[in-house]
Amino acid sequence: MSLMTGSATLAWTDRAGRLATSAAFARLVLLAAFLLFWEFGAAWWGDRAMVRPLSEVVQALFNRVLSDPKILAAIRVTFLELSLAYGLAILVGLGIGLTIGMSRWAEAGAFPLVVMLYGVPQVVLLPLFILVFGLGPASKIAFGFSHGVFPIIFNVVAGMRNVNQLYLRSARSMGATPLEIFRHVTFPHMVPSFFAGLRLAMTMTLLGILLAELYVSSAGIGYYTQVFSETFNPAPLFALIAVLAGMAILLNELVRIAERRFTRWKD
Amino acid sequence: MIGPSKLAGRLIQIGAVVAALAIWYLATRHQVTKSLFFPPLAQVWQELVRLAQAPDSYSAIQVTLLTIAKAYGIAVLLGIFTAYLVTRSRWATQVFEPLLSNMFAVPLTLFLPVFILFFGIGANSKVAYGAAYGFFPVALSTIAGFSAVDSHYIKAARSMGANGWEMFRHVLLPAAMPIVFSGLRVALVICFTSVLGGETISSIAGVGRKIALSAELLETARMYAWILFVVVLMASMNGLLSRLEAHRQEAAR
Repeated sequence: MSLMTGSATLAWTDRAGRLATSAAFARLVLLAAFLLFWEFGAAWWGDRAMVRPLSEVVQALFNRVLSDPKILAAIRVTFLELSLAYGLAILVGLGIGLTIGMSRWAEAGAFPLVVMLYGVPQVVLLPLFILVFGLGPASKIAFGFSHGVFPIIFNVVAGMRNVNQLYLRSARSMGATPLEIFRHVTFPHMVPSFFAGLRLAMTMTLLGILLAELYVSSAGIGYYTQVFSETFNPAPLFALIAVLAGMAILLNELVRIAERRFTRWKD
Repeated sequence: MIGPSKLAGRLIQIGAVVAALAIWYLATRHQVTKSLFFPPLAQVWQELVRLAQAPDSYSAIQVTLLTIAKAYGIAVLLGIFTAYLVTRSRWATQVFEPLLSNMFAVPLTLFLPVFILFFGIGANSKVAYGAAYGFFPVALSTIAGFSAVDSHYIKAARSMGANGWEMFRHVLLPAAMPIVFSGLRVALVICFTSVLGGETISSIAGVGRKIALSAELLETARMYAWILFVVVLMASMNGLLSRLEAHRQEAAR
C-alpha cells in the first residue's frame, strides 16, 4: 500500500515537475507576473492620468463600458461593419482569385495589377474613402473591405498554383470536365492556403475598420476611444481596448476552428 | 499551352495605368463624375508643381521621413536584440516565440489612442507606434533565422573559442541573414504605413497630416498630389529593397 502511494506521489511530482518546466506554464507565469506588475506598479509609480491599476480597469469595464448602452451600441456597429466588410472581402476576393487562377493569361494580365494596387499604402487613401462614402458605417465597411480583399486574392491564386500538375494531367486524361477538376482536384488543394488567407484577411479587415473608426467617427468605437484619451481617462480606455482585443482574438479562433474542420482530409 | 511572357504582363500593367488615366481624364473633362471627388488631372498636376515649390512641403516630408527612420531604427535594434536573447536557450525560444507571434496577431492599431495618451500628439507617439508595430516582424523572423542556423557552425565556432559578440557577428547573423532580411523588409513597409497612418489619424505635422488636412478642406486636387507623392515614395523604397536583396544574394554566391 505504502509502496503504491509512494510510486503515485513520485509520478505526481514527476508530472508536476514536467508541468513546471513546460513552456505553456512559463507563459502563464509571465502573464500573471505582468498582471501583478500592472496592478501594483501602476498604483505605486504610475501617473494617474496615464495608467490605472488593473482592478480599476476591470471595474471600468463593467461600470462604464459594458453598462453604457451607447458604448454597447457602438461595439455592435463595429461588429456589424466588420462582418459585412469581411463577407464582401471573401466573396469578391474568391471571385477575383478564382478568375485569375483559372487561366494563365488572366494571371499574367490581372495579377500584376492586383500586386500593383496592393503596393499603394492604403492608409493615405483613408481621407478619400471618407470623402466618397461619408462619415457613417459605409466608409468603414469600404475601407475594411479594401484591406481584407487582397490577402484572399493572393492566397487563392497561390493555392491554385500549388496543385501538382500530375494530378491535373491525370484527371484530364481520365476525362474530367473543368468543373469536375475544380471540384475534386483544385478546390481541396486550395483549402489550406485559402484558410491562411481568411485568417490574414480577418486581421486586415479589422485593422482597416479600426483605422477608419479612429480617423473619424461620430458614434462608433473610435469616438469613445478619442473621448477617453482626450479627457485623460485611461481606465475605460483600456477596458474598451480589451473588449476589442477580445473580439479580435475570438474571431481569429473561429476562423482557426473552421480551418481545422476543412483541412481534416489531409491527415 | 503557350504561356504568356513576362513582357505581356508588363505591357498589360502599363496599358491598365494608361487606360485608368485616360478614363479619369475623359470623365473629368465631360463632367461625368463629381469634380469634388475626382478633380481634373491637370489640376492635380498644378497642385503637385505648387507643392514642389512650397518650402512648407519639404518640412512635412522631413518630419515624416525622420519619424519613419527613428521608428524603424528602434524596431530593428530592439527586435534583433530580443531575438538574440530569446534564442540563447531552446526553452526560452519555446516560451517566447508563441507569445510574440500571438501578440503580433492582435491589431496594435487598437493601442494608437494609448500611444497618443502616453507620448502626446506630436511625432513621438508615431515613433513609438511605428517601432512597436515593426518590432514584431523583425523579432519573429530573427528568432526563426537564428533557430535555423546549422548547429555544426555554432559548435565549430565555440570550439574555436568565439565569444558572444563574435558568435553573433560572424556566425549567427550571416547564417540567418536570408530569413532576417525578409523580416527587415516587412518591418520597413509596416513602419512606413503605420507612421503615415498615425499621422493621418491624429497628428500636427507630417505628410499624413497634409493629406488629412487637404481632405478636410476639400482640396481634393492637393490631396491627390500628396497621395501620388506617397505612392511614388513607397514604390521607390520597394524597388530599392529588391535591388538590395538581389545584390546581397549575388554577393553571397
